[in-house]
Amino acid sequence: MPRAKSVQKVARHQLAKAPTGIQGLDEVTDGGLPKGRVSLVCGKAGCGKSLLAMQFLVNGAVQYNEPGVCMNFEETEEKLAANVTSLGFDLHDLTKRKKLLIDYVFIERSQITESGEYNLDGLFIRLGHAVKTIKAKRVVLDSVQALFAGVADTAILRSELQRLFRWLEDHHLTAIVTAEAGINTLTRHGLEEYIADCVIALDHRVTEQISTRRLRVVKYRGTSHGTDEYPFLIDEDGISVVPITSLALTHEARTDRVSTGIPAMDQMMEGKGFFRGSSVLVTGTAGTGKSSLAANFASAACARGELCLYFTFEESPSQILRNMRSVGLDLERWVKKRLLHFNAMRPTSTGLEGHLAVIHKLISRLRPSVVVIDPITNLVSATGSYDVKSMLVRLVDFLKVEQVTSIFTNLTFAGDPQEKTAAAVSSLMDTWVVLRDSKPNGRPRRELYILKSRGMEHSREVRELIVSKSGLELGIVLKDHTVATHVAGQ
Amino acid sequence: MKANTETKKSSGMKKSAAKKRPAKKRPDRTSRSDFFILRLYIAGQTPNSITAVANLKKLCEDKLKGKYRIEVVDLLEKPQLAKGDQIIAIPTLVRRLPPPVKKIIGNLSKTESVIVGLDLQPVL
Repeated sequence: MPRAKSVQKVARHQLAKAPTGIQGLDEVTDGGLPKGRVSLVCGKAGCGKSLLAMQFLVNGAVQYNEPGVCMNFEETEEKLAANVTSLGFDLHDLTKRKKLLIDYVFIERSQITESGEYNLDGLFIRLGHAVKTIKAKRVVLDSVQALFAGVADTAILRSELQRLFRWLEDHHLTAIVTAEAGINTLTRHGLEEYIADCVIALDHRVTEQISTRRLRVVKYRGTSHGTDEYPFLIDEDGISVVPITSLALTHEARTDRVSTGIPAMDQMMEGKGFFRGSSVLVTGTAGTGKSSLAANFASAACARGELCLYFTFEESPSQILRNMRSVGLDLERWVKKRLLHFNAMRPTSTGLEGHLAVIHKLISRLRPSVVVIDPITNLVSATGSYDVKSMLVRLVDFLKVEQVTSIFTNLTFAGDPQEKTAAAVSSLMDTWVVLRDSKPNGRPRRELYILKSRGMEHSREVRELIVSKSGLELGIVLKDHTVATHVAGQ
Repeated sequence: MKANTETKKSSGMKKSAAKKRPAKKRPDRTSRSDFFILRLYIAGQTPNSITAVANLKKLCEDKLKGKYRIEVVDLLEKPQLAKGDQIIAIPTLVRRLPPPVKKIIGNLSKTESVIVGLDLQPVL
């Protein structure tokens, strides 16, 4: 393709990208940041700007053989290295191997007097020298904010920054410039006016005392990109973005089946159990055996040699192991065989998006065939139900695309119309199993029936659920109820 | 590159205020409180650089005759030196002695602010 200016528009469509190596971000940006250009990452203090920039550099150096220079205006080399050690980045080693160069630029306003004209050639020379020393392909300026504090003449500073960004592009360096968010603008000093190619905004929002981090690609010239706000996590692996939105309804429906773990219950569903890759909702009042049913299903999956991921929002893993032992389920052996993985989180430990991100990340990593989420009720308690529905839609979509059979338990309250909590999610579910308490003739018993199960002939009978030391079983068909016509266990 | 090196022993100045720097093996005139070591960072022979050198020489002759030394560093030749004195602007004048370190950025055309910036006491 000729490189003449007249075809610039055509060339832009095949914009070269520099992958960030940050999970999810490359997906959102359709391949990474614009190669050889300057990107702006902005956000309030503590939103993860520096970390994102540092990860871009380290990944570049380690994974893509693109050495990087970090011009840091805020932290010394030692501090920066210490900050990211916990994320598994060994800056000292990278520096030693000339993959990375950190230049700490310290501006002490009180030391400096201005007298007459000047420019920022010193900065250019330092950067140029650093780039040349390690043959850098990537540059981070974190954050240019500090220059505004250090240089009184902002007119000079603005024109010099513009010159700096041009200089970076002229040298084909892929750069990230970080800047603090302004009150009504993306950045406090309007830097977004100079950086036109790619702007990423980070946000750290606290709603009802629960914080969620989000990322949004505000603009990205010449390429398609996701425009939503995506939740992201900062954990021991650094930043990971979770690009889950409502996916297109294109997942393939499977026809093979998977046992419920209770032979009699399989019998209720054409003798075969759930569809593989379907979503199952188990609702019931307290003590009706929801968790036992879910754990039994998980155990059956492990017995078939399948991997199961168990998210618990109520009990600790050891508590579940102990409780399930009492109903004849030895889950510990599956944990030891690394077939069963627990993830215990308090619902309030992070926002819904945070939970979604964690679930997404673990599923992507472990690729289980069965997922248990026990219970979703507690997520509802952590935030409003609209948010829960939107989160669960995305979660269910994601699970279906991954063809994971999933079981969600939901606590309903006695006297509470069952639809209220379940309605938000029931339409997403393929199968809805209802558990309830009943006391005919003063003898309490647990009852189970299948309220719906899409795509199959299923029994409408109410069965007794017998939970004993020898496991879960279904009792006789209970004839004194006609459930086909009413929904709730009143 | 040293553009100009001029020293002269001055007499009648108080010694008490001078803090001896431990690195010095023998006391010499640069350890005295009234001796100025000024380093001017430039980048090539730009108009601002040339102006700054000229302005500095003139000012020193006027105010610090015999008690100063000027070192001119061209960062185009020695870019690695920019880091040591945390140089970002060009030209930058650094008062290395007497302590504390002070910096003046610009072509030094505003003499008053240079005098204030370098903390030049009128010579008694």
